[in-house]
Amino acid sequence: MTDDIASSKDGRRALPADRNTFPKLLAHNIARHGDRPAYREKEYGIWQSWTWAQAGADIHAFAKGLIGLGLAPGDYVAIIGRNRPAFYQAMVAIQCAGAVPVPVYQDAVAEEMAYVLDHCGARFVIAEDQEQVDKVLEIQDRLPGLEQIVYLDARGLRKYDHTHLHKHEEVMAAGRASDNDTDLERRQAALGPDSTCVMLYTSGTTGRPKGVVLSNANIIMTARNSAEFDALGPGDSVLAYLPMAWVGDFIFSMGQAYWAGFCVACPESHMTMQHDLREIGPSYFFAPPRFFEGLLTNVMIRMEDAGRVKKWLFDRFMKLAKRVGPAMLDGHRVGAGDRLAYRLGEALVYGPLKNTLGLSRVRVGYTAGEAIGPEIFEFYRGLGINLKQLYGQTEASVFITQQHDGEVRADTVGTPSPGVELRIDDSGEVFYRSPGVFVEYFKNPDSTAGTKDDSGWVATGDAGFIEPDTGHLRIIDRAKDVGKMADERMFAPKYVENKLKFYPNILEAVVFGAGRQMCCAFLNIDLTAVGNWAERNNIAYASYQELAAHPRVFEMFQAHVEEVNASVAQDEMLAGCQIHRFVILHKQLDADDGELTRTQKVRRRIIEEKYADIIAALYDGSQQVSTETEVTYEDGRKGTIKATLEIRDAKVAGAENRMAAE
Amino acid sequence: MDGPPHTTPDGRTIGDVVMEMRNITLRFGGVTAIKDISFDIREGEIRAIIGPNGAGKSSMLNVINGFYHPQEGEIWFRGQRRKPMKPHEIAHQGIARTFQNIALFRGMSVLDNIMTGRFTRMRAPWWQQAVWAGPAEREEVANREVVERIIDFLEIQAIRKTPVSRLPYGLQKRVELGRALAAEPKLLLLDEPMAGMNVEEKEDMSRFILDVNDEFGTTIALIEHDMGVVMDISDRVVVMDYGAKIGDGAPEEVRANPAVIDAYLGVAHD
Repeated sequence: MTDDIASSKDGRRALPADRNTFPKLLAHNIARHGDRPAYREKEYGIWQSWTWAQAGADIHAFAKGLIGLGLAPGDYVAIIGRNRPAFYQAMVAIQCAGAVPVPVYQDAVAEEMAYVLDHCGARFVIAEDQEQVDKVLEIQDRLPGLEQIVYLDARGLRKYDHTHLHKHEEVMAAGRASDNDTDLERRQAALGPDSTCVMLYTSGTTGRPKGVVLSNANIIMTARNSAEFDALGPGDSVLAYLPMAWVGDFIFSMGQAYWAGFCVACPESHMTMQHDLREIGPSYFFAPPRFFEGLLTNVMIRMEDAGRVKKWLFDRFMKLAKRVGPAMLDGHRVGAGDRLAYRLGEALVYGPLKNTLGLSRVRVGYTAGEAIGPEIFEFYRGLGINLKQLYGQTEASVFITQQHDGEVRADTVGTPSPGVELRIDDSGEVFYRSPGVFVEYFKNPDSTAGTKDDSGWVATGDAGFIEPDTGHLRIIDRAKDVGKMADERMFAPKYVENKLKFYPNILEAVVFGAGRQMCCAFLNIDLTAVGNWAERNNIAYASYQELAAHPRVFEMFQAHVEEVNASVAQDEMLAGCQIHRFVILHKQLDADDGELTRTQKVRRRIIEEKYADIIAALYDGSQQVSTETEVTYEDGRKGTIKATLEIRDAKVAGAENRMAAE
Repeated sequence: MDGPPHTTPDGRTIGDVVMEMRNITLRFGGVTAIKDISFDIREGEIRAIIGPNGAGKSSMLNVINGFYHPQEGEIWFRGQRRKPMKPHEIAHQGIARTFQNIALFRGMSVLDNIMTGRFTRMRAPWWQQAVWAGPAEREEVANREVVERIIDFLEIQAIRKTPVSRLPYGLQKRVELGRALAAEPKLLLLDEPMAGMNVEEKEDMSRFILDVNDEFGTTIALIEHDMGVVMDISDRVVVMDYGAKIGDGAPEEVRANPAVIDAYLGVAHD
């Protein structure tokens, strides 16, 4: 994009008066491109679509239906379900009726849901199906404010008591038949840029979730800036498959979609996402690093099983792609021979591969949330997919920094997004100020004051630095996780964990070492990758636990850990973070057990408490440890797993090699 | 449970008797597989037939769906005595079934397998279907819609185009249920729908059976030897042992029946 748009001042200009709320953006889109598709959803095997005009009619009908049920301005309405056009439309309908949508993670167990629903005091809940309705009914006696539940999928719900339960279609039909248009218009007119647009609960790596209140101006200005940054227009399309409760989905599938007027497609079910991605072929795509890692692992696994000729072609052209692909994408000069060979590769390998992955038409791709392995990043860029990184937070309405086309690197998160000011304080923590900065944490002035100062600067909680020559921001770790070891050397667990996680076999890693003599690690196997390796090597196993404890898996992981140690040792500042001892866990760390957040980030404190016995064994020199772990099943029941885990020592590079507890 | 049509506590309507077995006896040469058994199936209920291995459960199901013709006894279906019939004639009467050992077309996709279940609903002559013209095309589109609703109902969208042979056992069972549903049966016969499944698969299948009954009002007769599952989902249970009926009634009655306890647990009761 051009410099003037990227400039901070331009990103802070006010919104036009006819586009400063979602109801107004909807009207604008109906008027400007009423016949163009606004939503698509695959149902019964066929892509169904809604034009902006149709979506608008449904939204207004549903809004009137909700008003008919007694929805008042300022109410909070929880939305529980996977990405579906009906939910996106419901969010705008709720806004049109003057209320505030609160999307909730649909995989949350009833207990977690109870906290959020109670905290926001939701009077209405819009739930997807019986599973979600059952969860809400289970906790309803703890939710005195809850009055009405609307559901989408009637299956299994027919015989339920319908005094406070309503079918979505019926609410919409009642709204269509009603005559409260003037009421609806009055409510829409009362909204402005400062009225609350949405409330999103942050999953929070520590403590209770916090309700982040975002205004229309926060969302729409951020959406405008980022849409202009990448020149998103009505011709673009996205696939909405990430949790609706996550701020990113709200910005991409609501903010940018309404600002730029592009079409949001929803998959048939979460299981068909990959297939639907291929059918839709989005031009704008976001996925967390985990997704790209998983996809690459799958490609590699399938190539292992491919014929000799195909394998040879793939290897040869991928080598070329790695060498010239990223350079070509960045617009650098590449020799004529390479360019010709790359074009041949495009016809033989890259094109078909991108088509299989559903990434053929991706013009702008983003990843964020975690560091992405340089090899993984280069793989996609080598194929000619414009994958970039951004850095964001719920409190910023996502965008803090992002990478310009032509300035893309694996190890930075880019320069400040339009309208964002950045500063690093003395302790190394990153602060920002932008039009997207949240209004407040709901009912939590202490936390609000602790995060945002009077002049609007927000602490990210991340430690990082700005590269002097390029202006790119580099994130080291969570500020509170960066600590010191017993001998005052710097301890940055994430830095090492990321290096470990770049191996396809390692799904998750947790490194300990703050205040201690040495660093130790928990590792999780990636069942897909390690399972495939086991199959190829004729290794039989009956369970996750058995495979994770296999001696040859240990050997392989030991080699990975030692390679990482060698690479960590290169960095003088962080050489102390080498892994001395490690254990492969008998179960996958899981959000249902509270070990990860719903966005799959490690919750250190909980893991430290839960596995205190294993950590103690890591540091007391034992060769094995017996442990019993509580697990939560998907339906909320609990069980325990017993295991005896082996602990391995890993070679450490450099002089400061300390043997364990001797 | 017996008696006139009524509504169950969970809100389902149990109607009149749709099928009645009167004094059925079935012999294979000198072996008597079924000895003088009588029971009925009511509209809208989930009726289970249980019993240890070799009790004659599958034979009973084969009698119900007309594959075996009993030497003695009468079968009454919808108020009429049923004459011996061929299987496809039975299918046209609105009875569909699944099999204990999955009987799908292994090389065909899930979608095509379920489409075969629509066979009894296809009216267009074969030459029209061959060129996919006129009424045949409209018919196929309508049938596909029914099948897609079943795929949605059974939550198997992700495997729509997958050949059946590549699916795990639990999913194959689900596809088989889908094919039986495609015939839009009045009476659905399930032969050991949970055999060989793990606990999670059993729970899923139980849920689908209950949902089929609830959503479409389909009458279901199932055979199963997993007592726990049967007791949880059935309205009434017939218990068989060595070809004879040793119990019949609501699950709690059957569970307390001393003869049943003997047959199942093989221990003396107090």
